[in-house]
Amino acid sequence: MADVKSAPGYELIVERSSGWLKVNWRELWDYRDLLVLLVQRDFISRYKQTLLGPLWFLLQPVLTTAVFVIVFGRFAGIPTDGIPGPLFYLCGLLAWNYFSQNITTGGATFVNNAHLFNKVYFPRVLVPVSIVVANLVSFALQIVPFAIFAAFYFLTGRQGAAVLSWPALLLPLPLLHIAALSLGVSLWMAASTAKYRDLVHLTAYLTQIWMFATPVIYPLSKVSEGWRWVVWANPMSAPVEAFRICLLGRGTLGAQEVAISLGITVALLVSGVALFQRVERTVVDSA
Amino acid sequence: MKPIVEVQNLSKLYKLGATGLTSVRESIESVFGKKKVAPRPAAKMPISDDRSGPEPNTFWALKDVSFTVNAGEVIGIVGRNGAGKSTLLKILSRITEPTSGRAILRGRVVSLLEVGTGFHPELSGRENIFLNGAILGMRRAEIAAKFDEIVDFSEVGKFIDTPVKRYSSGMFVRLAFAVAAHLDPEILLIDEVLAVGDVGFQKKCLGKMGEVATQQGRTVFFVSHNMGAVRALCEHAVLIDGGRLTLTGTPGEVISQYLAASMPKGDGDEGQIAWEDLAQAPKCDEVALRGIRLLDAQGSPASTFEADKPLTIEITYEVLQRLRGARFSVQLLTQEGELAFAATDHLFQNETQSPGRYRTSCLIPGGLLNRRNYQVQVQCDIPGERYLLPAAEYLSFLISGAGNQASNFPETWPGVVCPKLEWKVEALGK
Repeated sequence: MADVKSAPGYELIVERSSGWLKVNWRELWDYRDLLVLLVQRDFISRYKQTLLGPLWFLLQPVLTTAVFVIVFGRFAGIPTDGIPGPLFYLCGLLAWNYFSQNITTGGATFVNNAHLFNKVYFPRVLVPVSIVVANLVSFALQIVPFAIFAAFYFLTGRQGAAVLSWPALLLPLPLLHIAALSLGVSLWMAASTAKYRDLVHLTAYLTQIWMFATPVIYPLSKVSEGWRWVVWANPMSAPVEAFRICLLGRGTLGAQEVAISLGITVALLVSGVALFQRVERTVVDSA
Repeated sequence: MKPIVEVQNLSKLYKLGATGLTSVRESIESVFGKKKVAPRPAAKMPISDDRSGPEPNTFWALKDVSFTVNAGEVIGIVGRNGAGKSTLLKILSRITEPTSGRAILRGRVVSLLEVGTGFHPELSGRENIFLNGAILGMRRAEIAAKFDEIVDFSEVGKFIDTPVKRYSSGMFVRLAFAVAAHLDPEILLIDEVLAVGDVGFQKKCLGKMGEVATQQGRTVFFVSHNMGAVRALCEHAVLIDGGRLTLTGTPGEVISQYLAASMPKGDGDEGQIAWEDLAQAPKCDEVALRGIRLLDAQGSPASTFEADKPLTIEITYEVLQRLRGARFSVQLLTQEGELAFAATDHLFQNETQSPGRYRTSCLIPGGLLNRRNYQVQVQCDIPGERYLLPAAEYLSFLISGAGNQASNFPETWPGVVCPKLEWKVEALGK
């Protein structure tokens, strides 16, 4: 039998915590294996439960894009910056779907895990973090339809087709930006829905509205000067636009806009961590 | 050497309210979809004045609890439902924060408040072992090193790569307990987890826990309503009553006081308990308790009986779903928590029962019991398969008066029972 591991000097004090921002980095590091296993769990359970499996993740953006092409492109006549409609929408959806999947599941962290949290302790923040990581898998899958369309337009030599060039290598930057932003939003949403359960319904609605405030179905160039600030006040605008620059070589984005968006992201993330921690300490008392 | 756990003036204030009530009641909690029974309904425990908090609608789930535990001790935590035992474990395992006071833990803590927390039905047994181990705070490498041992202990064998949703409830529980039993924390917190699983496996788990404590020198906190297990496993025990720590001592002392405190005082309506409201009754999906009565020879409920007169324990229950092979058992415990005897209606039962009300009663003949207090424990299970209603103490009674050989002597007569036996005294001459 194994001996009891003596941990000299190991001392854990359980008491009412004070202060707003105390991240126990060492503890998070100790639980790193759990993060990997949570990601693995998400991955396996998701593909085992759906009928079509990974195929669904390939189909979903294609179907949405088809709807967008018909409704926004044909009926509403919203231009797409000279980029072929399918490519334009697929690119925007690539960024947006990753974001919205993160906040939808991450925002319900306490609601969905109430039972688990009531029975065992581990750093709660691992749950929204694992969601952000696990969703990278479906993000990677969604690149496939985009790549197929891009290849098709490139090979047929259509006008405005993307020439995949070096900016594509920069894609991890806006992706990381979206990951950080969605984590910040998730933490805020999780903390608020823990207290007020009915906010869960509101968040679904909010996510939908948010998409229309983000240049997913329209290019920034078509937003009139007077309304630009609305788009720039939205921290998701810059990374979505950056996605287009990376993948399609076209977009409207300045350093100032990127800086504002990053600033908001950092503010949301830091305040989100603080709020989340505040809530996690006693959330099970009202569960 | 410093004690491994120091608890100093630990207090926890809860808000009462529509949502807060659930945690107060320690009520029905789902165990992988099935509902577990809260042995005593919350309505039976009004919040006493000394527990009410500083503001209206607040109350102290735990108030000024202090004690220390040395490394390698097994400490039993005894108390009624709602006394604050689970709150104490939740604070020690960091699930929730104390309102004031603190606890110093000098070692890694693993809490086992439920078997199989975090198991995912879609994952295989193998994947769940790793996930569950990590949730409980183990590193992947530690789990891998213990993997074979865990699989052996769980007896799931070749099903290890099958999704656990295809496991029987017995296999599920065995696997879940096996993971927890093979963890290597310095401090292990265990709450009532042995109330599930079949009898054979429970014995194995108790054995494993004893081994963890004695051979591996772990510090174990053990919460249970099973006084026999507390007595067998623990070296020390604390009694928690009304959110306060009222006694620290040997398991014998603590169990004795715990049972004495829950003994009936006065006569009146004693000797019976009934659940008119199905929602309040101890129940599971298949069966619900509706009432228990202790009847004297005349058939009227009582809580004091003559030693030489018969007494009947009558259980009324309702079958909610077609039930096969279930049995009710009655266990009589003494005030010190020793088992006097167990009896069951199994052989006198029909194999299958359709929904409806049933009554099962057990006649205890006169001249069997000793002159003392007894606790009546009732449980319902399907032998070798699973528990429907876990054992819980519902009623108690006193055997007094004449008609017993013990009655002739002033001292407490030893023995859990005192059967009336034939004696023959002969003079054999010089």
